[in-house]
Amino acid sequence: MSEQEAEGHQVAPAQEVGDFLRLRREQIAQRWADAALFRTVFTVSRDEAVEAGRAVVEALAAVAAAERLEDPEADGFNVVRDQLARTAASRSRAGSTNSQISTEVDALRPPVLELLVADLSARGEEHVRECTTALTVLMGTLRMVVLETLLTAGQELIERQRLQLLEVATPVIKLWEGIVAVPLIGTLDSARSQVVMETLLDSIVEQHARFAILDITGVPTVDSLVAQHLMKTVAAARLMGAECIVSGIRPAIAQTIVHLGIDLGTVMTRASLADALAYALRQQGADIVAHVPDGAGPR
Amino acid sequence: MTGLSPSPYGGQVPVLRIGDVLLVTLQGDLHDGTAEQLQQDVSEAAADSRVNGVVIDLSGVEIVDSFLGRVLADIAAKTRLLAAETVVAGMRPAVAITLVELGLTLPGLRTALSTEEALRLLGGASISPRYGRTRQESP
Repeated sequence: MSEQEAEGHQVAPAQEVGDFLRLRREQIAQRWADAALFRTVFTVSRDEAVEAGRAVVEALAAVAAAERLEDPEADGFNVVRDQLARTAASRSRAGSTNSQISTEVDALRPPVLELLVADLSARGEEHVRECTTALTVLMGTLRMVVLETLLTAGQELIERQRLQLLEVATPVIKLWEGIVAVPLIGTLDSARSQVVMETLLDSIVEQHARFAILDITGVPTVDSLVAQHLMKTVAAARLMGAECIVSGIRPAIAQTIVHLGIDLGTVMTRASLADALAYALRQQGADIVAHVPDGAGPR
Repeated sequence: MTGLSPSPYGGQVPVLRIGDVLLVTLQGDLHDGTAEQLQQDVSEAAADSRVNGVVIDLSGVEIVDSFLGRVLADIAAKTRLLAAETVVAGMRPAVAITLVELGLTLPGLRTALSTEEALRLLGGASISPRYGRTRQESP
């Protein structure tokens, strides 16, 4: 629209809002410090909340002055990302959901709007309307930037935890001289089963293990893909000269395997880890017997 | 037939005879010509009546392709016809993974962790097992 030119205002609403924000940043910061978002994060010192609010207002003013109200990539929002995203992230850690935080960011709008309307009341109604619209758009973009930052932080966390899981979840345990075991816990995907295979084969070399036990007690479901991974691992271990035993197949999983028509015929299986260990020991010529004290055994 | 890099064997892989077992140690790349020569050498040596086992030591092999997989399977098949058994010893993890990914699980082949173990496997009862006495023998 070009009404503002028709009315003789040379300043665009975005510029107007930018000027207003810069002029009133102290008042706005003071009001924001009482808003839920800042109050709950900066519990110790109100000055800090005011400081944070002032930084955000200044950033918004810069964005408005550059007339990039709807552009979340605007330079000014980098400050917002640093400042407001950190507060939002700490709200998120405290257990707030994304929509709660979004509502809290939205709650920053009314106090600014009040001030703006009060400031511009002397001007034409049309002008006030345009400026409030510009401010609303700006605050909407702010809300989007905050949410986007939150989501990115969430994704980073997930990625980090995925890597940690990969490292942590595949310990190879030496059960006996020449016998190693891998207790598998959780769902097996390609990446994990690759890690499992590599660590198991390495430990076979390292421990000089003739027997390797894959315990799948902690694997919730077995589908054809998981079965394939297991068979690959077993085949690789066999090529290296170790015998691989799969243990911990629960009745439900046994049923699933049969229903899917997967042939585990080439794989040695045992019901429990104990059975597998007993088998491996017997194959090595060792046997477990009860200790009989001094020949006076109980009859 | 001629590869870019010189074969570490000078065209021939040594086939050593220890008692009634043949020992073949592979190292590095195996060229087509060398592999053919090896298969022939092993067959000839295995035809000797006293040989009852062939041990192929792969601990020096780090890279493998489907060709080597086939060579191993071929040697095993040939020696089995000559009433001897083939044991592949000391395969590295990376090699094992590659063979499995290639779909070469070599089902007819016996395997062992090391050459020592392979010799024990072929020697059967003549060499005493590492975990000596069973329960029956203990006092």
